[in-house]
Amino acid sequence: MTADGFSLSGETSAVHEPHGSSSNPLVRFLGTWVFSRDHKVIGLQFLFSSLIWLGIGGLLALAIRWQLAWPWTEIPIIGRTLFAAEGGQITPQFYNVLFTMHATIMIFFVVVPILTGAFGNYLIPLMIGARDMAFPTMNMLSYWLMWPAFGCMIWAMATPERGPDFGWTAYPPLSVLFGDAQSLWVLGLVFVGISSMLGSINYITTVLQLRAPGMTLFRMPMTVWGLFITAILQAFALPVLTAALVMLLLEKVFQTGFFLPNGLEANSIQPLDGSGGQPLLWQHLFWFYSHPAVYIMVLPAMGMVSDMLSCGARKPLFGYRPMIYSMIAISGLGFIVWGHHMFVSGMSYFLSVSFMISTMLIALPSGVKVFNWLGTIWGGKLRMDSPTLFGLGFISMFIIGGLSGLLMAATPVDMVITDTYFIVAHFHYVLFGSSILGVFGAIYFWFPKMFGRMMNDFWGQVHFFLSFIFVNGTFFPMHFLGARGFLRRTADPYVVEGFRDLLPVNQFITWCAFGMAAAQVIFLINFLGSLFWGRKAEANPWRANSLEWTVPNSPPHGNFAEIPQVYRGPYEYSYPGHDSDYWPQSEAPA
Amino acid sequence: MYRFWGLLFFAVPIVGTIVYALAMLGVAPFAGLRLPANYNQAGVEIAHLYNVIHGIMAVVFVSTGLLLGWSVWRFGGRQLSGGQELGARYFTHSNLLELTWSVAAAGILVFLSLYQLNSWAENKLERPLVEIAGRMQPQPPLAKVVAKRFGWEFYHAGPDGRLDTPDDVYLENLLHVPFGEPVVLQLESRDVIHSFFVPGLRLKQDIVPGMQHFVWFKATSPVELEIICSELCGWGHYTMQARMQLVSRSDYDRWLAEQSPWKGFAAKEEQE
Ligand SMILES: [Cu+2]
Ligand SMILES: [Cu+2]
Repeated sequence: MTADGFSLSGETSAVHEPHGSSSNPLVRFLGTWVFSRDHKVIGLQFLFSSLIWLGIGGLLALAIRWQLAWPWTEIPIIGRTLFAAEGGQITPQFYNVLFTMHATIMIFFVVVPILTGAFGNYLIPLMIGARDMAFPTMNMLSYWLMWPAFGCMIWAMATPERGPDFGWTAYPPLSVLFGDAQSLWVLGLVFVGISSMLGSINYITTVLQLRAPGMTLFRMPMTVWGLFITAILQAFALPVLTAALVMLLLEKVFQTGFFLPNGLEANSIQPLDGSGGQPLLWQHLFWFYSHPAVYIMVLPAMGMVSDMLSCGARKPLFGYRPMIYSMIAISGLGFIVWGHHMFVSGMSYFLSVSFMISTMLIALPSGVKVFNWLGTIWGGKLRMDSPTLFGLGFISMFIIGGLSGLLMAATPVDMVITDTYFIVAHFHYVLFGSSILGVFGAIYFWFPKMFGRMMNDFWGQVHFFLSFIFVNGTFFPMHFLGARGFLRRTADPYVVEGFRDLLPVNQFITWCAFGMAAAQVIFLINFLGSLFWGRKAEANPWRANSLEWTVPNSPPHGNFAEIPQVYRGPYEYSYPGHDSDYWPQSEAPA
Repeated sequence: MYRFWGLLFFAVPIVGTIVYALAMLGVAPFAGLRLPANYNQAGVEIAHLYNVIHGIMAVVFVSTGLLLGWSVWRFGGRQLSGGQELGARYFTHSNLLELTWSVAAAGILVFLSLYQLNSWAENKLERPLVEIAGRMQPQPPLAKVVAKRFGWEFYHAGPDGRLDTPDDVYLENLLHVPFGEPVVLQLESRDVIHSFFVPGLRLKQDIVPGMQHFVWFKATSPVELEIICSELCGWGHYTMQARMQLVSRSDYDRWLAEQSPWKGFAAKEEQE
């Protein structure tokens, strides 16, 4: 593997760290591939571990879908092994574990780390013309702190309860009084939180301090902007979640009384003294992080999609500055909209009105972004390959996911659809339809830079087509379910008479979910196959402008033989009078 | 091939809108995939809002979706050929366009913010008033709803009209309510957070232990509705449901008189 794909040739030319010099091959291997401080290796480590967790989280989703389509029936093939004691079927408690772990894994182990950890690490230094991150050792730590988190979650799933069962929102008193495996879940997330905080401090410092000469802030690619703003969001929002998690843990272990009110009757028998806590406090702290988290999970994808589309359309990004300003607006407003998750929670209904207004406002910058993407492809020369297709798919899905948010912002309507599948439809359109499709596009786009080989474009397009069809087949009908009041987080919704006629719709959704899983097998084979047998890629296969395309594929440690001088922005495609349809940022003017 | 992709992106707004329209109109096989039948006066306004927002969404969804499809259809080029792909038009921004769509979108959003305020006030802010002792006061609750893992307790105020008195009528998982008049309910929880959800009334309220919540509605007809818990409360959450029996005022009074004083109350007191 080291011979061509993972070329190490740069180790001799641009070394500025000692690990390459050890004569012991084992030490050298560990230093280069395991405990590496090279941002690219760390990025790839994040990429591979996130992809593995994506598979696990996806399988959990399929189990959820199985239960909703064929409740209390034996799961074929694996049911007998997994649920021997229950006759091969999912138990109600385990169903709660399934959706709790699905959400936890997808949010904290897949979407956030693949965007910020994998692409953030890999791309930021390359795109701004830096040799590495500002704090390489801290960067390495931020990856290795993920492993205790992985360990905690796996341990939690190995307990007799098979994992946390209180939903990823972990509302007390449920998560304190009855929360199985709560402590392990909390500890795991604290590790994730510290890891992300180390990462975000690193990204902010790197972007502010290590840009190549000529790389002004307004010459940075949107990918870097998206990641930069995301890092700021994380730096300010994550400490709140981490503190809240610690409070939750203390509540469970030492009965501190932050969240439990007086006079609780656990099991309706035993009155408990909760020392006068307030359950809503948790919700405020939790959503203060978890609403910005929504943007943490989509802004980097927005940035990458902007770059892929501009390059794919051979045309400047339309409205570069408005795009940046709208990202800044989203991140600012993102801190004052969290209450829209709590319209019927029992907090002041006057407060709901102010959160409703800020939530309506935040739709504006998102809309501006969509219009600008449309302006970007308009009049272009669209190169219809996998990255562009996924970028277009991102826009198409983001339109749906963004628009359905309007219904939730409207407080009276939200009262009807909250806690239903409408919400599930909405955030899966944003997180899966948009972010994950964007990530797939980004993998096709930067794969040649990472591994020196192209992914197969035909199978990439097949992957896109099937994913696109099945994403819509899976998530679009959920809007209708939600309108009917069909509840999320219930092991058997058909206990309610009013929902019984919705079983066929759920079976349709489950079939589509299986189709979606099958489509990802195509991706997996393409990805792994291309690692070894993909067509050799040139340094700049997409004829793109940004700096990462000026260095050899699988760039050496230290990235640039010589720090480049930047002369222009990253979107000078089809510049009138220029003799080529692209104009790299570091190409000296004639 | 790019024509094919153009069609695919065209299909999103077209198929999406058709399916949605059929569902909202209740056409088979999409019948039943819309808001459930409504038996609450305030629910009419919610449905209206729901439709207005869907109308706005449909306009944006179809116009942007068709624009996307058209862009792919019209500007889709060839596969990466290695050659120059000249011919893309070079333009970078337009302040006029940015201003236009920002102002238009902001206008719609401000309109929506204001337009929904009345309905929210009706549902959550303006508890019905009645005249008590010569003054207009918040209407007292008809019954106390106590949520617990995994069931509902309903304490109907007895003939004295007050809660927590010996003539309260207690029922498990069955709530009697008169229709045709404003009704206030008091919600409490014994253990964890639950949520009082009545799809037929388009009414939902989380119940936080340690707090008291009030909901109100004016039911329109004598039907039996389902009450379901919509906040995860543990392994048995899915089983947590009850029924709401809507009856005329005279039937309600007669029923209350027959039950009261509720025989079980004394027995329950003794037990505790
Ligand atoms: Cu939110
Ligand atoms: Cu419940």
